[in-house]
Amino acid sequence: MSITATRALVAPEASTRRPRGSRKTREGTRAEAVAAWLFLAPFLVLFALFTGIPAILAIGASMTDMKARDIRDPLGVNFTGFDEFGRILGNPGFQGAFLNTIMFVVLCVPLSMALGFALAVMLNNGVRRLRTVFRAAAYVPVITNIVAAAVIWQYAFSITGPVNNSLGGIGLPQPNWLGESGWAITTVVMMGVWRTAGTCMILFLAGLQAVPEEVLEAASTDGAGRWRTLWSIILPLLRPTTLLVSVLMTVSFLNIFEEPYLLTKGGPLGSTKSIAVWVYEQFGFGNISASMAGSVLLLILVGIVAIFQFRLLRPKH
Amino acid sequence: MRTSSPTRQALTYTALVVITAFMLLPFVWVLFGSFKTQSEFLHSPGAWLPESFQVQNYIQLFAERGFGNYMVNSIIVSVVAVLGNIVFSSMAGYALAKLRFRGRGFIFPLVIAAMIVPYVALFVPQFMIVVQLGLVDSLAAIILPVLVLPLSVFIMRQFAHSVPFELMEAARIDGAGEARLFFRIFLPLTGPGLATVAILSFLASWNNFLWPLVVAQSQDTYTAPVGLAVASQASNSISFGLLLAGAMVVLLPILILFLFLQKYFIQGVATAGLK
Repeated sequence: MSITATRALVAPEASTRRPRGSRKTREGTRAEAVAAWLFLAPFLVLFALFTGIPAILAIGASMTDMKARDIRDPLGVNFTGFDEFGRILGNPGFQGAFLNTIMFVVLCVPLSMALGFALAVMLNNGVRRLRTVFRAAAYVPVITNIVAAAVIWQYAFSITGPVNNSLGGIGLPQPNWLGESGWAITTVVMMGVWRTAGTCMILFLAGLQAVPEEVLEAASTDGAGRWRTLWSIILPLLRPTTLLVSVLMTVSFLNIFEEPYLLTKGGPLGSTKSIAVWVYEQFGFGNISASMAGSVLLLILVGIVAIFQFRLLRPKH
Repeated sequence: MRTSSPTRQALTYTALVVITAFMLLPFVWVLFGSFKTQSEFLHSPGAWLPESFQVQNYIQLFAERGFGNYMVNSIIVSVVAVLGNIVFSSMAGYALAKLRFRGRGFIFPLVIAAMIVPYVALFVPQFMIVVQLGLVDSLAAIILPVLVLPLSVFIMRQFAHSVPFELMEAARIDGAGEARLFFRIFLPLTGPGLATVAILSFLASWNNFLWPLVVAQSQDTYTAPVGLAVASQASNSISFGLLLAGAMVVLLPILILFLFLQKYFIQGVATAGLK
């Protein structure tokens, strides 16, 4: 799951148009236009080659019968319309992956946001000592290399690993964390939360710092307790931040790939297989058109969330 | 600032310590685990601490498992990607925010729209394109898609808005050309933006996994994460000790950078997320 890629999507697009009628809206000179296209050229070429054209190709390939052997000669494929979509929607493997993905979103998004929010509130008031240490600790998993992290989690949560060793030491049961469906889901969810709570924390901290001190003082003068202030004042004021974080996290977890792929290979018995893992698997099997149809369906899911977000977060005026 | 009762303070600190432990435990496990010997993993796999600190895993990793080569590849990829992002995104961000030309209004929404396309939809077509370019199994193929990230352009465009138009108009009237405006006026004023771009593109390229996994087909082109993932998937034949040492080596460069540049890392998220 790539956070950086989706991060920017949550940015409510600030209006960058300058006020009409001002001197600055004058038409640019010809030299300026030429310079602009030259400055943009490297980005535009690479963007077209590795994002724009691939996006179109993905949609195109999902409407064909493309197999692995066609990759080198893509023009030999047959157009099949929406057949592939019908096929994968009826495929139990894809249906399972779809439901698992929704399950990851439903479990991880609230957990990650709750943890990030709790951290932000605690760090924003009440903590002086070690503040930067706590903040850094919560943030380190966000930037940690996911392959390295997965190797560590596999070791720690293996049947005879350090986690079970400690659980056994205090007389608790020692579950098969990665080998049994329910526990495998738990482990993947834990890792997903571990990796994203820091992002939520930073965004909530930024939101909390924008809450005016006077408002809090007024609440306190009026006799509102801490919980009351949090519930009736801070949370409503933080609504835009909360929306933004929830959209960001939802998109992240709709795309969840590395955690299940690296930790459990989507197993056991497909219980942790997300749509993205399914798509990658189909690519491995050589079913290119199925793989692309799956990814287009994922794109549609993400697109719905994005449109929803643009509606909600659009500046009011 | 309101003061808290000692009990409340104690509760807050307890909660923070518990959460911090959850966040940091994996780093403790990898640090200690990477010094355990192969035989320790057989007779006491669950021990947190090594019996003694043996560096044989690290030696074997580099001497026999080709990890040195993977690290060199990762470093080349990341350095080129960071440079590319700094140069190309500042150019593009400048043009999008500060120059007037036909078509400007339509490029940026396109970039934003592209950023929501799930990566799993792109890697197969990207692979088809790389095949056509004859670049399969090359470092160039690994680098090109991250050479200038839409996110970097997005960030530089945001930072570009903080450069006053008046300053540029004044320089124009003084007869400065477009290149001069960019280098002398624009770049010196966007230092923090460039730092953010450098860090985010370093993270993106160093941590990139799926694309190098697809496009690097021989050990000569493996990046460190790919080498580590391939090794871990053959984990019947390789001990946890080696894998943990590999994880440690992949983690360290970013952890060290984070230690020194924490402010910029965190600024980066806030900027990219909120602006």
